[in-house]
Amino acid sequence: MAVAEKKMAVAEKKTEKAWGKIVDAGLDEGIKKLTPEKIEKVINKALAAMGGARLKTYVDTCIHCGLCSEACHHYLSNDRDPSFAPVAKVKQTMWPILKNKGRVTPEFIRRAAEIAYTECNLCKRCSMYCPFGIDMAYILLSVRRICHLLGVTPLYLQDTAHSHAVTMNQMWVKQDDWIDTVQWQEEEIRAEIKNPRIPIDKEGADIMYSVIGPEPKFQAQLMGQAAIIMNVAGINWTYPSFDGWDNSDMAMYSGDHEIMGRVKRAHFEAAFRLKAKKIVMGECGHAFRSIYDVGNRWLGLKMPPVPVIHAIQFYYELLREGRIKIAKKFKEPVTLHDPCNVIRGRGLGEMARYVTNAICEDFTEMQPNREYNFCCCAGGGVINCGPPWAKKRAISNRVKAEQMKETGAHIVITPCHNCHSGIEDIIKYYKLGMHTKFFSEILVEVMEIPEEFKVG
Amino acid sequence: MSESANWDWKTKEKLLVDLNELQKKFIDIRELTPSDDGEKIAAVVQPEDKRFTTCVNGEVWDETFEKVWSLKFKPDNKLVSLVFRDFEWTVAVDHEMWEEKFDFIWNMQFTPDGRVAANVKKGDDYGVSVDGKTWENGFVEARDLIISPNGTKTASAVSTKRIKEGDIFGFQEGVWTVAVDGVTWDKTFVNVWGVTFSHDNQHLAAEVRLNLYDYTIAVDGKTWEETFGCVWEPVFKPGSYDVVAPIKTPQGWTLAMNGKPIWGNFIQIWNQKYSPDGKRIAAIVAPEYGKWTIAVDGSPWARSFSDAVLPPIFSPDSKRVAAAAKESKYPFHMQSALHNIPGNDRYTIAVDGTPWAEDFDMVWDPIFSPGSDKVLTKVEKNGRYFIAIDGRVGRRGFEALWNPVFSPDGEKLLIRCVEGGKYYRRVVPIGEI
Ligand code: SF4
Ligand code: SF4
Repeated sequence: MAVAEKKMAVAEKKTEKAWGKIVDAGLDEGIKKLTPEKIEKVINKALAAMGGARLKTYVDTCIHCGLCSEACHHYLSNDRDPSFAPVAKVKQTMWPILKNKGRVTPEFIRRAAEIAYTECNLCKRCSMYCPFGIDMAYILLSVRRICHLLGVTPLYLQDTAHSHAVTMNQMWVKQDDWIDTVQWQEEEIRAEIKNPRIPIDKEGADIMYSVIGPEPKFQAQLMGQAAIIMNVAGINWTYPSFDGWDNSDMAMYSGDHEIMGRVKRAHFEAAFRLKAKKIVMGECGHAFRSIYDVGNRWLGLKMPPVPVIHAIQFYYELLREGRIKIAKKFKEPVTLHDPCNVIRGRGLGEMARYVTNAICEDFTEMQPNREYNFCCCAGGGVINCGPPWAKKRAISNRVKAEQMKETGAHIVITPCHNCHSGIEDIIKYYKLGMHTKFFSEILVEVMEIPEEFKVG
Repeated sequence: MSESANWDWKTKEKLLVDLNELQKKFIDIRELTPSDDGEKIAAVVQPEDKRFTTCVNGEVWDETFEKVWSLKFKPDNKLVSLVFRDFEWTVAVDHEMWEEKFDFIWNMQFTPDGRVAANVKKGDDYGVSVDGKTWENGFVEARDLIISPNGTKTASAVSTKRIKEGDIFGFQEGVWTVAVDGVTWDKTFVNVWGVTFSHDNQHLAAEVRLNLYDYTIAVDGKTWEETFGCVWEPVFKPGSYDVVAPIKTPQGWTLAMNGKPIWGNFIQIWNQKYSPDGKRIAAIVAPEYGKWTIAVDGSPWARSFSDAVLPPIFSPDSKRVAAAAKESKYPFHMQSALHNIPGNDRYTIAVDGTPWAEDFDMVWDPIFSPGSDKVLTKVEKNGRYFIAIDGRVGRRGFEALWNPVFSPDGEKLLIRCVEGGKYYRRVVPIGEI
């Protein structure tokens, strides 16, 4: 055994102690159905379909320098355990797959799945530290694709992919539940603004607003808040009554490209059917990645066929142009978490700061920040792997806890659903005494309600 | 066509409702909806706080509800709406309500003979109701409503077995199928999408996923012999039981008939449509990555578009094909939510591969004249709506405009529009648009 491998084996034992052996029926039952022959066949078919040029270039270019290690929150949070270095994750997964031409064991696949689905958030921070910009996320997404094709996926994430396949949304929200929730929110916000309107199927609206499944399922107040903002800002907007209202796409992360593409197609076609000129999406990061990077490309679309504007940019424009005015800034000390997919991925860092400063009095930056910010460790579908992996997820982001604690903030603004939930978990685990909030929650609290919208 | 022959094609202009006046009477007015013949205009109105009702040509219904939505005129000019009060939903047809009440009603549509059909939920049962007569069998879930061409049958994708969220193994055994008038196919699948009837109402085809990886088409529950990496919605060839669907093969996407490829390969294919005579087939295709156009009988138009092409529409004589198309010039990251970049995100209509010279902020679906010689549509420019015919934009812009309708002889247009806050029904000779 080479020294590095010995080190890794020791490190693995050490970390196993921290969270114990994790049972996940999706992985454990999945590998029971595998044979080395089946694995070899599936992998080679998958590699042939992937084309392989990009993968091969990345793998051949890597000089194993390890400069990417210091970028990764898993590595840093697990006491620089070498097995969590980005390059080590590839070394434990794609390299042997390629080297052995798919001749690997079911146990190998179990470990590869665990690494690809739960030890990498596909956050791409490491790509910024690699002298060649090697896209680790792409390599580990390719590992996930193979695991999906082998039927070895974490149970909760797979269930989410099933929900997408049936309902075109992430949370098994039925068609009637969706419409009912939209109508219910219109009633709810009557207490906040006078005669609010949430238009459904309004053909020719300027904006189709889209959310992610968890909103109608258990955070419907966020839909209400979005409606307050839309009404006060005088936006000509609508929701579809039909499938395609959910912009999220966990099938992208489970490796089920076909369902990912189907879900994205439904989303874009909803906008076309409504003759909406633009889609504005709520505060979600991975959904943004799925519409402009991964899902669209699988369909053959270079870019989203309808412009899609993330909520951060939307609020920025509303505030900058005075469509929403601030009555009294939020007083509590806040910090801002930069979601990887919209900050590193889309460059909305400065707009996020504009919004934060416009609505909050006391803002302290995390260090490092903007595109150098650490991932929340929930992204990349990791939080969607569910409760079995929650402790590991928290332990593997100690650096985030330290980063947040140093700001002294009470509130962490998290303009992404996965970040929002994932960071709340970290806050609880490390007992930081903070809370997460979406921009919309603060915005609705501090915005000026014009006379004509005042209730009573 | 037969209905429009009986419409008033003589009166040049009728001012039916002053919406400004109406606006003063109510807290708000929503879902402004004209009848097909333009003689009526309806809206959901709020006469008092949190009470809603419908209003037709200014006449308010004296019943009020907690919620009213999904306003539509039937071809016989009766207004249909979904109404809710005292925890029950029902359907109102003009001022008559169905006796049957439901926990929810959605996807409301009409059969060609004017009956009202919708997806319904009652207790734990999901299904379909037609004029208040609900499928005898209820399901764990019913998604979408598909009506047969003559309206005698209704179908839905249904789930037959309740499985717990998180039971991935139970789900993968397949709990989805198609129900026709409440009777399911013999077989269940992992997924069922894109259900469609044959032209004689006797058969149904759908996309199905057999496991997580194998996709194919099922006709009346019987699957094609071949499986594919992915498929999209099937259609029946008119006058036959042949089924055509896009399929994904290792070489790319192609169209298959009854499982066998009939076209060459593309980066993408979807929304295939048969011509009325059943002899030609057109579809949206991407001949290259990021380039979109229409292919007719497998041959793509020479001109492609950067962003999207919308579903093709055949002329009544089956000879011509039109589609809405969209292009952008500037990178995605330059987009703004509140402003349009001049020259970006432009829509137009392409007919037989040639786009109109002018482009617009938005275009609606192209409409062929009965003689197939003209194409028109509704377009939006700077917040106003116009009619455009064969690329020429009409002189008059409107605050609101609904799809224009050709007179049966193709000489005139029925225009349903709002101008100066007033709703007009106008009949205008084509040359005067
Ligand atoms: S979690 Fe982020 S930094 Fe770590 S390996 Fe994955 S992409 Fe790289
Ligand atoms: S920094 Fe780049 S080249 Fe160096 S080990 Fe990491 S991925 Fe390989």
